[in-house]
Amino acid sequence: MYSDDYLYTKEHEWVRVENGEATLGITHHAQEELGEIVFVELPEVGKVLAAGDTLGSVESVKAVSDVYAPVSGEVIAANDLLADKPELVNQEPHGGGWIARIRLSDKSELDSLMSADDYEAYLGEEKKH
Amino acid sequence: MNSETLKKTPLTEVCRASGGKMVPFAGYEMPVQFASTMDEHLAVRRGVGLFDVSHMGEVFVTGPDALKLLQHLTCNNVEKLKDGQIHYSGLMYPEGTFVDDLLVHRFNERKYLLCVNAANRDKDVRWILEHQTGDVQVEDASDRYAQIAVQGPKALETVQPLVDVDLSAIKYYWFAEGHVDGVPAIIARTGYTGEDGFELYTPNEPAPRIWQRLMETGRSFGVVPCGLAARNTLRLEAKMALYGNDIDRTTTVLEADLGWICKLQKEDFIGKAALLKQKEEGLRRKLVGFEMLDRGIARDHYPVFVDGRPFGHVTSGSYAPYLQKNIGLVYLPIEHTAVGTPFAVEIRGKQVAARVVETPFYKRNY
Repeated sequence: MYSDDYLYTKEHEWVRVENGEATLGITHHAQEELGEIVFVELPEVGKVLAAGDTLGSVESVKAVSDVYAPVSGEVIAANDLLADKPELVNQEPHGGGWIARIRLSDKSELDSLMSADDYEAYLGEEKKH
Repeated sequence: MNSETLKKTPLTEVCRASGGKMVPFAGYEMPVQFASTMDEHLAVRRGVGLFDVSHMGEVFVTGPDALKLLQHLTCNNVEKLKDGQIHYSGLMYPEGTFVDDLLVHRFNERKYLLCVNAANRDKDVRWILEHQTGDVQVEDASDRYAQIAVQGPKALETVQPLVDVDLSAIKYYWFAEGHVDGVPAIIARTGYTGEDGFELYTPNEPAPRIWQRLMETGRSFGVVPCGLAARNTLRLEAKMALYGNDIDRTTTVLEADLGWICKLQKEDFIGKAALLKQKEEGLRRKLVGFEMLDRGIARDHYPVFVDGRPFGHVTSGSYAPYLQKNIGLVYLPIEHTAVGTPFAVEIRGKQVAARVVETPFYKRNY
């Protein structure tokens, strides 16, 4: 379920880093918790975010969930397909349902993100509470 | 409130066992959704859904002066009700605002059943007792009744095999006393979804069995158990008010656009003077339906701007699963309530365009 090629956050986002660019989305677990996603608020391309800033939001019928920037940098792309097909986040959370791409300004921030193993352990811990 | 202090309905465990995601609601442990709010909503629009609404309060008002008391306490005209008929009404404060909204069922001239909101039940009963005069008894029977709402175009066919009355003979907003799966029950053709449907008032003990039987008789119609989230989106599409959101102690029945339940020509009732005055002077604000023009879902309590100035907040807002639009309800200044009037809803710091639309958003066509 959780690829070793990705990094994960406690807020249930995933990040895939290639050539200094971080593609991100919400995890399978996050989309499952939310249920059918009916709206995705995308970040503006060009916006500069610090890690932890609100980047956009993902909404189900019932709930709004903020999406946070897992890393600092400039937004260089947003997945415009989600404007008309927000359900892609449910269908392919780790693929076609990606939300944005950020040009990393500080690669060392990646060290604070979780590996797939760590994330699965974290999910196990969350379940107990 | 932790789960130990929450009350259970007779169906709480059945709902949990059926996959209900349980949440605290009005002091009860209730399912907010089962597998999918969207599927539940659409099942009710297209087929049939079951709701545990046992949390709702049931209050009997009986005796020779029952009619007189209810005429005094509520804004609709109870005198017009025939035996077996039901109407929607408001329990009024002197300001013409809501103690609660409720359904009044007339058994006969001396016996009425009020179905009230769970969160308001104790307050309602206190209010009624404070105003009790003459020969009338007030009984809070809520703990004796389970209530199952069967809603959707296939509700009748789902319920009929289990009951000993001809459901097609019960008109919308009428009820009959009969048996459901052999158990004495009040069978009311009412609901909070905008669909046809029935609300079954049964004793507690057999309720789980009746629920299971309805799941069987509804199977060929795609019946699903439905949670509070679907109940909310369904009632919103039908523009049915939610106490605590759209109506409360601060909103009059006229402002809530519920003039049709407010019979100002009837004898004196609590709130009548204030409402007459408000009608004479003219409303300053009114509850309207809106839809979002630009991208964004307006949610409960989001701030509203009219001509750039703040004016209250969204009282109910959601994505509408059947209409596939972002809709909501809001009180707007009366001069801004015409259909088509633009205004803005603030969504996470950004003003997003909306406009007033015709309501109900959804009306069934059968």
